[in-house]
Amino acid sequence: MTAAAPAPAPLPAGPSGPARAAGDLATMSRRSLLRMVRYPSLTVLIVGTPVVLLLLFVYVFGGAFGAGVAPGVSPGAAGRAAYLAYILPAVLVITAASVAQSTAISVAMDMTGGITTRLRTMPVAPVSVLGGHVVGAVVQTLLATAGVLGVAVLLGYRPGARGPDWLGLAAFSALFALMLAWLSVAMGAAARSVESASNTPMVLLLLPFLGSGFVPVDTMPTAVRVVAEHQPFTPVIETVRGLLGGGPLEASTTWTAVAWCLALTVLGWLWARSAYRRPRV
Amino acid sequence: MPTDPTPAIDIVGLAKRYGDRTVLAGLDLTVPTGTVTALLGANGAGKTTTVSILATLLPADGGTARVLGHDVARRPQAVRRLIGVTGQLSAVDPLLTVAENLRLMADLFHLPRAEGRRRTAELVERLGLADAVRTPGQQLSGGMRRKLDLAMTLVGGPQVVFLDEPTTGLDPRARHDLWDQVRALVAGGVSVLLTTQHLEEADQLADSVAVLHGGRLVAHDTPAGLKAAHDTGSLDDVFLALTAPGDAAEVA
Repeated sequence: MTAAAPAPAPLPAGPSGPARAAGDLATMSRRSLLRMVRYPSLTVLIVGTPVVLLLLFVYVFGGAFGAGVAPGVSPGAAGRAAYLAYILPAVLVITAASVAQSTAISVAMDMTGGITTRLRTMPVAPVSVLGGHVVGAVVQTLLATAGVLGVAVLLGYRPGARGPDWLGLAAFSALFALMLAWLSVAMGAAARSVESASNTPMVLLLLPFLGSGFVPVDTMPTAVRVVAEHQPFTPVIETVRGLLGGGPLEASTTWTAVAWCLALTVLGWLWARSAYRRPRV
Repeated sequence: MPTDPTPAIDIVGLAKRYGDRTVLAGLDLTVPTGTVTALLGANGAGKTTTVSILATLLPADGGTARVLGHDVARRPQAVRRLIGVTGQLSAVDPLLTVAENLRLMADLFHLPRAEGRRRTAELVERLGLADAVRTPGQQLSGGMRRKLDLAMTLVGGPQVVFLDEPTTGLDPRARHDLWDQVRALVAGGVSVLLTTQHLEEADQLADSVAVLHGGRLVAHDTPAGLKAAHDTGSLDDVFLALTAPGDAAEVA
């Protein structure tokens, strides 16, 4: 004979509407951050890849490439320093993009495993399920890019940014991270498998190379240059470059970057929402 | 069997197609409260589809499905407050510990902190998870993971529980443990809809057995009644007789 389990206690009514959604979003965000703590090797990997890239580009190519990005600089140590300063914005963007890849994988694992199915059978505010991943991804992006920036400083990089520049950089980074987070959450939610979720964000990792990140675009053949000048990562990289360097920002570039980020955030959000709503058995 | 005025599950004329393939062609099924009904059928007969529609995961193409009187299509959030689902996929977070997974559920059900702690502690005790509270989901054995899965389902105090092939892949001891848990739930007043490929499981647990074939029920009776009607001692024989390929048209 089996002892009877206690009769089910009815659920307390709890909050409803926006209050419930906010509570659920906080819960799901906490889960994302907890997963980050539980799986530190992933964060190490996310920071490790751009750091290796930075070391490789600065110490292998930098001595020779420096003169190409800063005319008049002599090869060797001065070239390396110039090249480090030149590529750092792109390496920071690549850092953010590698967080995006891990976000897409996490979301795809949730979607293809049973967790998302469970959440969809619960009285949970739908926005919180993917929103928790977005909050986690933004936090992870900001931590990872700060870490890579710290490594660059250890390598001898000296930012020219002052107080307001740093505030601007923090705000712009948060917006850029939000954009990448919604896009990567959408990629993960739309993926049929975890493998495809890890492949789709590769485009985010490659785009910084096809732009002003590592060499000036005016050295490229016309067709490539046109693409490089007009893809969204180029104004983003130039804005980061301006803020980090402490120099004056070119208004049109900055607003182009902000507009791209806002537009792609909305696109990512709509895409993620439709992927989440698609019935799955 | 006495029929409660508001059955736990009440399905009338439920229909579902995937493209050209008709999976449910007018399914009728009633599950009285406080009972276990087993839904049997060959692979692809529509068992999981039925559970998915009842669990508000999938829209039906026709007919109505109600859980404790609430229409699943019209009032999905009301239904979600009453149900618990343990599916074929393991729905635990592999990176979080047993305690963290349960806490996640308590928070998402908006249980007050003390009540959440009381319920999760009680479930940990009841399901024998006490030694594993600090173990991450991915390090649990199959049987323990299934227990955690069930515990997570029960945190919200569901009154109707769907178990979709709950013991697939479990060893005999883990399977018997899970059966004991289901019996305890039902003794506490919970209603259960169980889908299974294990006919012995249906025989052990179910008050009534419904056999799905060709998109409809071809039989719905107590295990003993089914066996008597088919003059056999085994539900296997009943199942084979009722679900012979190409039979659907005649029985419908």
